[in-house]
Amino acid sequence: MNPSDADPTPPIAHLERKARLLLWLVAAVIAGFVLYVMVARGVFERTQQLVLVSDDSEGVIVGMDLTFSGFPIGRVRRIELADDGKARMVIDVPLKDARWLRSSSIFTLERGMVGDTRIRAYSGILTDPPLPAGSERTLLRGDTAAEIPRLVASARALLEHLDNMTAPEASLATSLAHLNTLSERLTGRYGMLTGVLGSEDNAKKIITTLERTNALLAKADQRVFGPQGVLDSTQGAIDSAKTTLDSSNEAVKQLSTVLQESRQTLTRLDAVLAQAQAVGSNVRVATTDLNLLRAEVEASLRKVGQLTNEINRKWPFTRDTEIKLP
Amino acid sequence: MLHFGALMLVLLLSPATHTRAYRAATAQRMVASTWQVLPWFTALSSLLSLVLIRIVVVTALSYGLSQYALQMVVRVLVLELIPLSAALFVTLRAGLAFNAGAMPDAGQRRVRHIRDLDLAQLRQDLVPRVLANGFSVLALAMLSSVITLVLAYLAVYGLSPWGLPGFTRTVGQVFDLTMSLAFLLKVLLFSLAVAVVPMAATLDAHWRASSDTIQPGAVRLLVVLLIIEAALLAVNYI
Repeated sequence: MNPSDADPTPPIAHLERKARLLLWLVAAVIAGFVLYVMVARGVFERTQQLVLVSDDSEGVIVGMDLTFSGFPIGRVRRIELADDGKARMVIDVPLKDARWLRSSSIFTLERGMVGDTRIRAYSGILTDPPLPAGSERTLLRGDTAAEIPRLVASARALLEHLDNMTAPEASLATSLAHLNTLSERLTGRYGMLTGVLGSEDNAKKIITTLERTNALLAKADQRVFGPQGVLDSTQGAIDSAKTTLDSSNEAVKQLSTVLQESRQTLTRLDAVLAQAQAVGSNVRVATTDLNLLRAEVEASLRKVGQLTNEINRKWPFTRDTEIKLP
Repeated sequence: MLHFGALMLVLLLSPATHTRAYRAATAQRMVASTWQVLPWFTALSSLLSLVLIRIVVVTALSYGLSQYALQMVVRVLVLELIPLSAALFVTLRAGLAFNAGAMPDAGQRRVRHIRDLDLAQLRQDLVPRVLANGFSVLALAMLSSVITLVLAYLAVYGLSPWGLPGFTRTVGQVFDLTMSLAFLLKVLLFSLAVAVVPMAATLDAHWRASSDTIQPGAVRLLVVLLIIEAALLAVNYI
């Protein structure tokens, strides 16, 4: 059989070379593609391990990113159920990105309404010591779906309040109506006065009162500050009072002199009293001496009495004074 | 069909097949089925990819989901559409163009079955065709996939090199181990199907002197491609 009979293909120039080039090209593309995918999967990266523990791993899949400030710095390698019933997520963090994880870093699992679940890392203090390899940290969960019922309840209460506020008989509508009336009055003939007092009549009364007050003030001014006014009379009275005060001052001065003389007299009286006190003390001493003298006189008299008795007893005409009983 | 495919594989791997004439015939078929269509197919697939990438990116952007646009582009285009379009293109151009009527009978015997075929004839004429068609699917799919990846990068990030780490990471997320193996397996199975199924069906129809107006391998090949696609989709996403 002749192949050219079966399929009459025209001869191709540089057939062998083209075929070889084609083979090399496809082989290179396949090898490059495989290599690129391996690089993309992080096969050649040196990594350290981080274990995140959570009570629920729902939404977490192998290959998911761990992000820091929006940049992926790690990848979930394995998810396993620990003996205590908690989910353990083993994450590979490339060594070049491990510097963003510190011992004080926290990790959160966020699940939004749309899109996949995200694992985020937050490092507040970048000067803390680096996170050691193989560390185990708790994964904090933030579930948007769980917040929705509470949010809906709050929104409903808010809408009810808003509905009550905007009802025709609500206080807000009444206040607005009052405000409208007030603004209408403010733009009326007497302006703000009408708004404050409620009607133009009242405002008119106030204006009249003000005018009368003005007239009264003018009259008072004339009476008080005008010629022969109250102020002038008062000034005269003040002058006479001043004169009276001057004369009073003189009298006070004279009184002061009298008092001074009285003080001197009293000083002299004090001296006299001191002398009298001295005399009194002398009298007290003399009285003491008199007591001694009396005691001596009494003693002498007692001796004289005793002597008299002695003489009477020894004297022959003495009387027998003793009564003898039978 | 399976018998024919197995026979082709055995002959392909047999050292006795690799003669000088076989190499020349293979080179000729390979250049004809791949080299000559490569520019056109690459240009067409790039254009189609660019349109689809643009649609996906703009739509995702308008919904605020731009971070998922790249993943979707890679998954839909590179993993699914490009290999399928390469397989269909090669099928239309080469596989279904196989004219079984031009195959001469082996010796003086009337061929009714594969067993009746002369091995030398198979080696000389059919094995190079099978190899060339399979290689064509592989080459077109891989080259177009790489070009589509480049176009996706340019469509999302422009000419800036700063998107490369993020792009690489996204590609890495899409091409995990299962997905990568499934992708390579899909391209290989498509190649095999496109190379073998139309030829086996055409030979079978010729030997049975079928008078169908439709190309005999078309329906069968489409069913096989559909089964491969569905099976790998199930493996990847279920």
